Amino acid sequence: MIDLMTEMVSYPFMVRALVAGILISLCASVLGVTLVLKRYSMIGDGLSHVGFGALAIAAALNMAPLAVAIPIVIAAAIILLRLTESSKIKGDAAIAVFSTGALAIGVTIVSLTTGMNADLYSYMFGSILAMSMSDVVLSVVLSILVLILYVFLYEKIFAVTFDETFARATGTKTGFYNMAIAVLTAVTVVLGMKMMGAMLISSLIIFPGLTAMRICKSFKSVIFCAVAVSVISFVIGITVSYVYATPAGASIVIVDIILFALFSIAGWIRSGFKR
Amino acid sequence: MALLTCDNVSFAYEDQIVAKQLSFQINEGDYLCIVGENGTGKSTLIKGLLGLKKPYKGTITTADGLRATEIGYVPQQTAAQKDFPASVYEVVLSGCLNSRGLLPGYSKADREKAMKQMQLLGIEELKYKSYRDLSGGQQRRVLLARSLCATKKMLLLDEPMTGLDPVAVAEFYQLLWKLNKNHKITIVMVSHDIREAIEHADYMLHLSHEEYFFGKTEEYKTSNIGRKFWGGLDND
Repeated sequence: MIDLMTEMVSYPFMVRALVAGILISLCASVLGVTLVLKRYSMIGDGLSHVGFGALAIAAALNMAPLAVAIPIVIAAAIILLRLTESSKIKGDAAIAVFSTGALAIGVTIVSLTTGMNADLYSYMFGSILAMSMSDVVLSVVLSILVLILYVFLYEKIFAVTFDETFARATGTKTGFYNMAIAVLTAVTVVLGMKMMGAMLISSLIIFPGLTAMRICKSFKSVIFCAVAVSVISFVIGITVSYVYATPAGASIVIVDIILFALFSIAGWIRSGFKR
Repeated sequence: MALLTCDNVSFAYEDQIVAKQLSFQINEGDYLCIVGENGTGKSTLIKGLLGLKKPYKGTITTADGLRATEIGYVPQQTAAQKDFPASVYEVVLSGCLNSRGLLPGYSKADREKAMKQMQLLGIEELKYKSYRDLSGGQQRRVLLARSLCATKKMLLLDEPMTGLDPVAVAEFYQLLWKLNKNHKITIVMVSHDIREAIEHADYMLHLSHEEYFFGKTEEYKTSNIGRKFWGGLDND
């Protein structure tokens, strides 16, 4: 076990994947708790597909992928939120329109220009080899920014998550905090996409919070538990991916599923077999 | 002294007017019930009083050092809240946010205030319980404690009794009565239950599609609109 660990960290690409991955997992799990409770779980999924479309455009134009993807995905997050609030088109339908639309545009652009090359394939399904040094630096900086903002705004985010109307009535700028959550989620999705893949990144957001909620009783404990679940499943998942050469994203999701099942059973036993 | 004055207020959704030319005053220590059929703008009016929706016409003014953000609001329960993983203490404490500004965290005074309200409503032993594990009546008390953290003067309740059993309803009315009489908190409540409303409130505001009534409960019972509504129930 120790041997395996030392062997893993002797490869620079594994160190990069671990550092960036743990920080991204942290961000995804704290944001995910809020998104799940606000019934916005699918936003992560919608945004990842928009991210894929943006990467296809970047590849076609020969531009830096993240520099193109981050602003486009942030814009998509803001538009999605606006649509959900105005309720002309219901939130779930709006997200479906965005994600399939962006995917279609992405695939069309790719087939017209380069064809499905290895880079885009890894964006769809993720790769532990994908993180370059500049990706890691960007991930570290942005993750720390996300975490600092989250800690600073924690009480407001709780109030907006629990009861938006009350928060607004007592003078909390709910629109701003919703926007902050959407923008932070957009950044996290784009950063995580390379490793997890566009198809699977939303699991990084949804699973840890959902798993923690099986047994935790307070909001704070849900957050801490979600962070722990997220980091543990990431580390185990990436180790499995390293040993068996499976795609990183899929391996992490499988660990997430196992943890979710264990927590559900634990919660069920704890509540006296009631549910 | 009027805490809150509505002067000729109308509300509209996309040119569809839902409440027409309402004028009334709420004074310190009043207990007002808002009743009326569905779709007559009760919830809209509440949103207007809270400053969440701008009147289409007319003005709403608050006075005596009461800001719109200092009205304690007890909303209708949403489906998402019922299974929310938060401790009672966390929920109650979140009522203190309006006095925090941009600062993160809560002050010692906030924590003491939250504890005081929980004691007042008899839920201090539930402090570390999870909100989703509580009964409907307990959940309503938690929301009431939270709104008390946000206000010193005025509570606005939007059909707080929905889904409660009769015993819990009676207990909740008892609590409101205590807050109104002993703690001089002004209460404005939207209610479905006209009987309970008449029994507890000092003032009635009845909204209907054509007209509205505002006045003392005694006058309401003998007014045309009141007789129609209240009398109709008597014949049940």
